[in-house]
Amino acid sequence: MSEFHDPSNVINPEHADHHIITPVTYAIVFGTLLVFTGITVGAAYVDLGILNPIVALAIASFKAVVVILFFMHVKYQSHLIKLTVAAGFFTFLVLITMTMSDYISRAWGLW
Amino acid sequence: MDNAIVATHPHTHETAIAAEHEHVVLPQHRHHFETQEQQREAATFGMWLFLLTEIMFFGGLFFAYLLYRNWYHDAFVVSSNQLSIPLGAANTAILITSGFFMALGVWAAEVKKQGLLVLFLVLTTVFGVAFLGIKAVEYHEKWEKHHIPGASFDVSQFTNPQAYGLHEKPLAPDMAQKTQIFFFLYFAMTGMHAFHMVLGIGLLFWLTWRARRGEFSAGYVAPIENFGLYWHFVDIVWLFLFPLLYLINRHPGS
Repeated sequence: MSEFHDPSNVINPEHADHHIITPVTYAIVFGTLLVFTGITVGAAYVDLGILNPIVALAIASFKAVVVILFFMHVKYQSHLIKLTVAAGFFTFLVLITMTMSDYISRAWGLW
Repeated sequence: MDNAIVATHPHTHETAIAAEHEHVVLPQHRHHFETQEQQREAATFGMWLFLLTEIMFFGGLFFAYLLYRNWYHDAFVVSSNQLSIPLGAANTAILITSGFFMALGVWAAEVKKQGLLVLFLVLTTVFGVAFLGIKAVEYHEKWEKHHIPGASFDVSQFTNPQAYGLHEKPLAPDMAQKTQIFFFLYFAMTGMHAFHMVLGIGLLFWLTWRARRGEFSAGYVAPIENFGLYWHFVDIVWLFLFPLLYLINRHPGS
């Protein structure tokens, strides 16, 4: 770094240190994912009524977040990468919500 | 010009001795990047932009599933119960294991352990192929039962489930036809997911070959890391496909 004259700190604005995630962390994440796979399979055989799909999707979302944060290193990335990832999922949710509200409101009360 | 980045080491171009002037171009620090960290972040950023387009691509399929499941709920319940939870759960575990070895592969590249990197890439490939093998068994069963949408599709298991030892309520013929939509979405979504895995396994062969030549164990990790992002993304798609297609319709009341 010292060889560059960079007073406004363009090169590394967050003073980000390159972080190497250890195999121990990966093993804990791996175990967590397997445990929650077991839970979601078990929950499918229990009649929870309307909660069945909600529980299944909540567990899937939790597993996805764990994969994104640790296996995909987003927890240790710069704000630029974090914002990029968040913006993508947010845009996806907006598209789903807008399309779904269109379909639902067209046959209001008929479903 | 306080916002400019200026190299402050002496400007030696005119007086340079050839040996001093020689550029050492490392693959992890190409000449158009200021630092290795900058190149690395640019590569990660680009990879994530690609993955966002993938989210939108699979998102369209997920939305179609969401909508048709609400429209033809009864047909989706009985056709979803045709899928095997043990096979689906085993495949989920296999895919998570494959992703785990991929993550370890990135670690091995970071700490410059060439042998371990090759080993982990091979294990990632093996579990990926195992996933596709089980998927093939499942597809073959659908073929035998005539549950592939099209001219040969057979609705008799849905209009007359008792004759096949199923304990579900028979569907009216028009609703029974809608099971084709479930199986169409099932093949479209799992097929597109499997296609991504086939591409990924092809890339894994290429990366393993390059890793064996030591290309990724001297500080140049980006190809391994970015392929890892792709592979984990494909995992995430399956993490949602599994509950949506296999699990949430086990209770016809819901």
